[in-house]
Amino acid sequence: MKKILIVDDEPNIVISLEFLMKKEGFEVAVAADGDEALSRAAAFSPDLILLDVMMPKKSGFEVCEALRADPAQAALKIVMLTAKGRDTEVARGLAIGADAYVTKPFSTKDLVVRVKDLLGLA
Amino acid sequence: MKAKARFLIAVVVLGLLMTGPFIVTSFLVWVDMKEGERLMLTELLLSRLPLGTTMTLFGFTIGCFVLHKLFKQYVEGLLGMGEQLRLMLGANRNFRVKQEGPPEVQQLAQAANDLAAQRDALMSDVEAQIAEAKASVEEEKNRLAALMSELAQAVVVCNLDGRILLYNNRARLQFKALSQGPTSVAGGALIGLGRSIFSILEKNQIEHSREVIRQRLAAGKTPIANFITTARGGQLLRIQMVPVLAAAGEEGLEAAMSGYVLTVENITRSLEEESRRDQALHDLTEGSRAALGSIRAAVANLIDYPDMDVELRERFVKVVDDEASRMSRKLDQTMHDFADSMKSRWPLEDVLAIDIVAAAQRRIEDRLHLPTKTEEIDDTLWIKADSFSLVFALVFLASRLQDHYTPRELRFRIINDGKLAYLDLIWAGPAMSSETFYTWEGESLQAHGETSSLTLREVIDRHGGEIWYQREKAAHRAFFRFVLPVATPTAELPEERRSTGRPEYYDFDLFNFEDQTIDLDRKLSELVYTVFDTETTGLEPSNGDEIIQIGAARIVNNRLLKQETFNQLVDPERPLRPESIPIHGITEDMVRGQPNIDIVLPAFHAFCEDTVLIAHNAAFDMRFLQLKEERTGIRFTQPVLDTLLLSAVIHPNQESHKLDVILERLGIVIDARHNALEDAIATGEVFLKMVPLLEEKGIVTIRQALEAAEKTYFARVKY
Repeated sequence: MKKILIVDDEPNIVISLEFLMKKEGFEVAVAADGDEALSRAAAFSPDLILLDVMMPKKSGFEVCEALRADPAQAALKIVMLTAKGRDTEVARGLAIGADAYVTKPFSTKDLVVRVKDLLGLA
Repeated sequence: MKAKARFLIAVVVLGLLMTGPFIVTSFLVWVDMKEGERLMLTELLLSRLPLGTTMTLFGFTIGCFVLHKLFKQYVEGLLGMGEQLRLMLGANRNFRVKQEGPPEVQQLAQAANDLAAQRDALMSDVEAQIAEAKASVEEEKNRLAALMSELAQAVVVCNLDGRILLYNNRARLQFKALSQGPTSVAGGALIGLGRSIFSILEKNQIEHSREVIRQRLAAGKTPIANFITTARGGQLLRIQMVPVLAAAGEEGLEAAMSGYVLTVENITRSLEEESRRDQALHDLTEGSRAALGSIRAAVANLIDYPDMDVELRERFVKVVDDEASRMSRKLDQTMHDFADSMKSRWPLEDVLAIDIVAAAQRRIEDRLHLPTKTEEIDDTLWIKADSFSLVFALVFLASRLQDHYTPRELRFRIINDGKLAYLDLIWAGPAMSSETFYTWEGESLQAHGETSSLTLREVIDRHGGEIWYQREKAAHRAFFRFVLPVATPTAELPEERRSTGRPEYYDFDLFNFEDQTIDLDRKLSELVYTVFDTETTGLEPSNGDEIIQIGAARIVNNRLLKQETFNQLVDPERPLRPESIPIHGITEDMVRGQPNIDIVLPAFHAFCEDTVLIAHNAAFDMRFLQLKEERTGIRFTQPVLDTLLLSAVIHPNQESHKLDVILERLGIVIDARHNALEDAIATGEVFLKMVPLLEEKGIVTIRQALEAAEKTYFARVKY
């Protein structure tokens, strides 16, 4: 079973994502800020991470950079979720190593397709 | 001499002509004769020789006389005429050749005179044309200056050195409003003819813009450059630069830039508004994404998994509820915070609401012949409005009311409700249906033959306003209420008293002025001066007397700039001497609360920067300034000219060199005297009159003037 780590400080979106991913048959873990995301990523060793950009402590960009700098996480897929829709930020996310960049609000169906696609389950 | 020699030769030739043929003939005859004939002839001739000689001499004398006469008339006469012609050509245009001598010479003289007359006519014509052209150039300059002075934009024209050649009133006020710190005391001291623009704007930015323009010119694009700069006090200025190109020279040559025009706009306020608008937009868009994301995901789950357990369903529903109400609150908050910035971008002006009403009343009474009255009127209320369309809307409604309900009169009311203004159009009569009102709202405005493409609703929308119909049942009347945004009018830049005569905000001759740093060997007429005068508590600076007023004006390009003045009262921080008050007319009340010398002196110093100082009896004023050097750290190191000493240079034998006396001597009439500024201006007028007088004495440069002044008797009197 593929493992997904959900990182977002907004419980209202976490609840939906967690429910959705579990329904799609993934094993799910949740982190509420950047620091927790890094420790969870190490302990839980997910296959994919849904990463919010705007978070307390460490931003999604920082988390993404830290993960990409870690050779142990080389296979990890990173999907950035953001409430900022500017082209410049999308470009930054992709440039620092995110595999996909999804802007809120998003279609849950599309998200599931993207996730499965990245994990080679499609 | 040459003519004389020729005369002598002529005489000799004449003698030879008279005797030669006879002698030659005699010789040939003689040779041909026989002995007897020769004796006979000798006898015959010798006895008559005296008569022959006498006759020959007589003939020769007459010949000489005639020759002399001819020589006099034709040779010497023409020589004389030649000289006269030269004179006419050079020194004296009005000289005419004297008509004398033989008729041929007279005719020649006549012809020469006619030519001269023709030449004079042509020259006068050319001169007249030149004068006319000059006058029209002058007139154009004046028209340009007048036009500039009325422009709502601040305009400054500079030469390539960054010296200001022209600025308009708006520019002066703009920069005056910007100037903070010491210069604000002076009032617009920063801007002035011949001053450097770099004291106001960043030199690098100006140079960069010039480079941009140069490149655009070379590339054949519109030569224009923009930049935004921060002025003192954090104000943001948008500057636009366009080049002043020298009149197109030869074909194909790139027109050379001889200066540039800067238009200056203070965009601080509009930029603030814009960024507030951006902020609001940002809050509403990006700020909503997170909440909408949560709602959408929750709703999708609810739809996609209808068989989820009840507890989970409730949690998702709660998410939707939470986020939806959070978004609503946020929307309200944003609308509230940014209400002002969200208003329409239609250009609205700040107007007094009462002016709108007055205009509407006039038109309703004139066109519709319907009496109007006002009720409760807030006559201090400013609104943001497009006054034309608003007045039209009022007249339109009045006309519709007249057609449908024939009210006897209309009334107006203006109420201030904080951020909003209520403008009511009231009439007494039966209730109207709201349908009618909605119909009117959607109609194009028209009243008494005039129509507009706008509907009433569009006018209201443009104002970011609202309109409704309301009844006052108790009073049996109804009203239309216009709700309009209240304006906080910006303080109008104070309109300064315009001095009469030609404005002195420009001097195009400065285009060719080189850098004007003070060089002692430059001509007096080329330098920039500050003429100044001080009023003091008394005559003894070393005994505690203090400056109470400094007045100064600038002389640029031989012109006294009465608009670029420095006039500041100074608090001496000690009591005035009662006996001095009648002299300077400055009272205790006037100086108290004024800045003290520590503040005024740096401002005055900035005003004088890069100029030669001029004062009447300068030693006195300089002494006061120098006594403050230690305390303020301000030193006046530039050369100082003293009109008192210069007067002594020009008129060494005159007894008095008081300013009044000099003014009279030089025939200068001054409106008023005896405050510092007026005296400074009088001194400036005196100096300008002195420049040519000094030149007559061979004093041309400032070094010569300083040296000459030093040698006068008065220079030895020290304070």
